[in-house]
Amino acid sequence: MIRLEVKNLRKTFRVHTQGGIEVNGFNDINFELKKGEFLSLFGPSGAGKSSVLKTLFRTYTTSSGSIIYYKNSGEGINLSTANESDILSLRKNEIGYVSQFLHMLPRISAVDVVSEQLIFKGESENSSRAKAKELLDYLSIREELFDLSPLTFSGGEQQRVNIAKGIIAPKPLLLLDEPTASLDKTNTMKVIRKLQELKKEGVSMIGIFHDLEAMDMISDRTYKLSRVL
Amino acid sequence: MILDIKNLSKIFGKSCSSCLSDTGALYNSSICPKCKSVVGVNNVNLCLKQGEVLGIVGESGSGKSTLLQLIYQDVEASLGEVFISQFKDKSGKKKNILDASLTELATLRNEIMSMIYQNPRLGLNYQFSAGGNIAEKIMCSGIKKYQDIRDRALYFLDKTEIPVERIDDYPEYFSGGQQQRIQISKALSSNPKILLLDEPTTGLDLSVQAKILDLIKELQHEIGFAMVVVSHDLGVIKHLTDITVVMKNGQIVENGLTDQILEDPQHPYTQLLVSSIL
Repeated sequence: MIRLEVKNLRKTFRVHTQGGIEVNGFNDINFELKKGEFLSLFGPSGAGKSSVLKTLFRTYTTSSGSIIYYKNSGEGINLSTANESDILSLRKNEIGYVSQFLHMLPRISAVDVVSEQLIFKGESENSSRAKAKELLDYLSIREELFDLSPLTFSGGEQQRVNIAKGIIAPKPLLLLDEPTASLDKTNTMKVIRKLQELKKEGVSMIGIFHDLEAMDMISDRTYKLSRVL
Repeated sequence: MILDIKNLSKIFGKSCSSCLSDTGALYNSSICPKCKSVVGVNNVNLCLKQGEVLGIVGESGSGKSTLLQLIYQDVEASLGEVFISQFKDKSGKKKNILDASLTELATLRNEIMSMIYQNPRLGLNYQFSAGGNIAEKIMCSGIKKYQDIRDRALYFLDKTEIPVERIDDYPEYFSGGQQQRIQISKALSSNPKILLLDEPTTGLDLSVQAKILDLIKELQHEIGFAMVVVSHDLGVIKHLTDITVVMKNGQIVENGLTDQILEDPQHPYTQLLVSSIL
């Protein structure tokens, strides 16, 4: 079953504050993603990999081309033209985005930021917190840190909290921007194993990796982007 | 669709046929060149679904607050239509709230919408105690039993972290941040479907601002009302809203998901605004 279909996708940024110059983001991107498939975007720095993910999530608008998302019912929605309300509901139920860095308020603890993803889905607070703690523990976050703000953690710890937050309540499509960038070997493997489990559950994913070994272990296919001219 | 605004305009002063067409972002002016009237809001279209949070940003004088006041009908609109899903005429058809009679208007403002002003003096009556202010709103929304009213007032004071034993103190005996929280208690006590906020935390210190915004966000999640937030602070907009519209010279020049407006702004004015962030 096809989950996502990207056709002739192009993005240019017009910078009005700099006299209206045009900056090319990426050009002519075409791919399909099936249910339970992992596609890696691959290419040199500046090729537009992160921009593609942001465009799929509608954080960036589309300059031309189409992004069709297929729900389990078979209904297709063009993410580049759907109205804001529809995108909000897709973000709530269908499409998740795991950013490269953790963005959160400094007043929320690690357990809370992870467990609230389950609570939003309607799970009870107790079981959500228990599952959040289990996942944080699996990703080698020390228990004494659970009730502190992740913004006080090291870079690698922050990233693991970010991943825990992104995968604890997986949506049918996950967009992962360098999920293992600042992790050591052991933790990279742990994250890869979790992603493999999600794949078995039927979650479709699009990821960006700099660690080629990790990329090979998880990817079903890669899509090569070349540097934009 | 809980709120649906169609071609809403407000012209201050005598209007002429050029007012709407010859002002706006394109002309970089809100003043009609022919009759010199000021166009506060120029042909605005908006809609909002249940549980959504809309932000309105723009420079001062762009018409953000006026738009909010037109919805709450603190100010009478010149042209246009505003529909609210709960507001229907006798035959069950949606009715333009700009055509509401005075009694219908009271119902709209007491039961369906609430407004939180930047200055608590506009939202609270300083001749009444904190509890009295909240009780007034609760009574207007149709609850008549003393004990129910008092219990509900205590509940919302507690929710907004005002010490409940101070329920009978007058607003002026509270700090600015506490007065703002009393105003929030009052606004929420009628169980509104739409909450309108006009610069709710401008002028408060950072720790109080964070507390109030967290509280509003938590209550919005818990109760699920729709919300329209006017702010010139992009941090507040990012924290609270899902969708943002950008206003300039009375017109909406851009609308989109809040993260898109902040990360990939399209209109020159929005780009300038976002690049001015500290």
